[in-house]
Amino acid sequence: MTVQELPGAAAHRPTPPPAWKPITDPAPLLPDPEPYRVLGTDVVADVDPELLLRLHAELVRGRRYNAQATALTKQGRLAVYPSSTGQEACEVAAALVLEDRDWLFPSYRDTLAAVARGLDPVEALTLLRGDRHTGYDPREHRIAPLCTPLATQLPHAVGLAHAARLKGDDVVALAMVGDGGTSEGDFHEALNFAAVWKAPVVFLVQNNGFAISVPLAKQTAAPSLAHKAVGYGMPGRLVDGNDAAAVHQVLGEAVARARRGEGPTLVEALTYRMEAHTNADDATRYRADSEVEAWRAHDPVQLLERELTDRGLLDDAGIEQAREAAERMAAALRDRMNADPVLEPMDLFTHVYAEQTSQLREQSAALRAELDAEHDHHEHSAEAGR
Amino acid sequence: MTTAAATADGSTAKAKPASMAQALGRALRDSMSEDPTVHVLGEDVGTLGGVFRITDGLAKEFGDERCTDTPLAEAGILGAAVGMAMYGLRPVVEMQFDAFAYPAFEQLISHVAKMRNRTGGAMPLPITVRVPYGGGIGGVEHHSDSSEAYYMATPGLHVVTPATVGDAYGLLRASIASDDPVVFLEPKRLYWSKSDWSPEAPAAVEPIGRAVVRRPGRSATLITYGPSLPVCMEAAEAAVAEGWDLEVVDLRSLVPFDDETVAASVRRTGRAVVVHESSGFGGPGGEIAARITERCFHHLEAPVLRVAGFDIPYPPPMLERHHLPGVDRVLDAVARLQWEADS
Repeated sequence: MTVQELPGAAAHRPTPPPAWKPITDPAPLLPDPEPYRVLGTDVVADVDPELLLRLHAELVRGRRYNAQATALTKQGRLAVYPSSTGQEACEVAAALVLEDRDWLFPSYRDTLAAVARGLDPVEALTLLRGDRHTGYDPREHRIAPLCTPLATQLPHAVGLAHAARLKGDDVVALAMVGDGGTSEGDFHEALNFAAVWKAPVVFLVQNNGFAISVPLAKQTAAPSLAHKAVGYGMPGRLVDGNDAAAVHQVLGEAVARARRGEGPTLVEALTYRMEAHTNADDATRYRADSEVEAWRAHDPVQLLERELTDRGLLDDAGIEQAREAAERMAAALRDRMNADPVLEPMDLFTHVYAEQTSQLREQSAALRAELDAEHDHHEHSAEAGR
Repeated sequence: MTTAAATADGSTAKAKPASMAQALGRALRDSMSEDPTVHVLGEDVGTLGGVFRITDGLAKEFGDERCTDTPLAEAGILGAAVGMAMYGLRPVVEMQFDAFAYPAFEQLISHVAKMRNRTGGAMPLPITVRVPYGGGIGGVEHHSDSSEAYYMATPGLHVVTPATVGDAYGLLRASIASDDPVVFLEPKRLYWSKSDWSPEAPAAVEPIGRAVVRRPGRSATLITYGPSLPVCMEAAEAAVAEGWDLEVVDLRSLVPFDDETVAASVRRTGRAVVVHESSGFGGPGGEIAARITERCFHHLEAPVLRVAGFDIPYPPPMLERHHLPGVDRVLDAVARLQWEADS
């Protein structure tokens, strides 16, 4: 068939391809150009003062928790700690916005979110201490294991939320990821699945400016990370990640939307990692002190504290009280982390399969024999030394 | 399938011939009927019924929430299955083709295989990952890989592969019922092979992890699985003319590995050849040969030999017959088993 023979070709009118149909209006999906803020704006007057005070207490506790955990790395009590100092508003808001029945899917930097959700701080740190991969039962706390590979826990959040909805349960999953994680394939696949399935999921991107040493400009060419949402057909929201009230509000709206069955939301929180990537990293190699100082002036704890004191909701005594509570938490954590964990080498074989394979039975018998021989050797040495 | 293999299925003389594809479909249907937590998901599994029609009719019978056409993204499919399993479902994932499962490797290795271990037993993942694998169907590149060695090297996964119609049913039922993740490798060139297996009275479901002697013999043992079983059965029949009485062991499960059945056979025969399609270097045959040597050294009359695919990327379809181990190559290996030392 030649072009001339095509129907409608005689009029030389371009016709749309058959599959073309009007697309969804992208405008409601696009984030506002400015990150949403509550503190220091008129909106704050509508926020429950009790919530603000609770956020403040949790931020103070969270700041102290980060400092204590970092100190524990210096004492050799933690193998490594990726600090969330500077990002406490995101951590705390993510935890407080969820109901008990909801699920949290944290990344390796989100220990604090798990603790703010009520997890025992020692149980939250076993991965980083090095005695157990996950120190708690995820089902009991509705907190997925802290995820070390980047963004791979996001599809899990989608699958879990989808399964809950299929079962008729009113459950929302909130999944946390960093700016670097948004480049991973699993991030894109998770967002696409969530939007197609209308799964009750909220994705929280903590954009702290750097993926270890790589700045955002080398990570993405998108106008913002929140803009990525529109490509999947979900709303993107941009929020000041150091404004705990704003993060809580934006996440709260996203959670409510998910619970109503309207599908997922992508929230980008603009924040800053005040410490290095982990205690093993030297941040002075890739960022200027002046940049860190500029962010210090936008500290999440200070922002909220100033708001509360300006409005007469918090005085010096109140601040002192919050600090003392945080200090007690830190002291208890220090004491408990100073005790050596009790390790059972035979546990190596316990949870590989429901039932040990004959291969594992052989290997565990070999280790048992090694341990017994070691034990006998120590007994003999002790006797000889007597 | 040969008569011997059909008999090994435990089928009855009255049964009508049925294909492996039908048996797999029936296993999915029966599992879904019995257990409402079993969900099938993957690309094309719904309306189309799968590119190999294994899931044909499931979406119609159980609804598209139980048999779901997903976006085309293997990591996303398996990652979502992880979350579904975390919430108490039993997902069965179809990966469509061997080489298309590779994007899901990170989910498989870092999460599916390890979740039970990472959570101290609190969160087992009963996921079955169905992977049509292997060559011999004239597929163009990326459609014929034998990826079993990658899966075998990952603690936490079971790796299962049926070679008969009856096993296709029984092992898939057992895999879906397993509280551990199973990589279920379906030899796609056997999908259309038939045996007198009855979909009305399916064979008993055996626990995974047991090898079976498909053909008893006294001269040497051929150890194989999946697509290479019919090759070995044919070779064993042909070997009779040469005066060799070959035993054929079908592993059925690569992880766990049935050392007992394999070692008992090799101790009886004193000679062994491992036969598989996947590349020899770093392949399953090396592991199996080592295990035999460790257990049966004093019973061995000859080194354990391997007959495997060449150590090349899977070739174009017009050349694949030169790559795949066939009857002649198996018999050549048997001939090299130092028979002169016996006389």
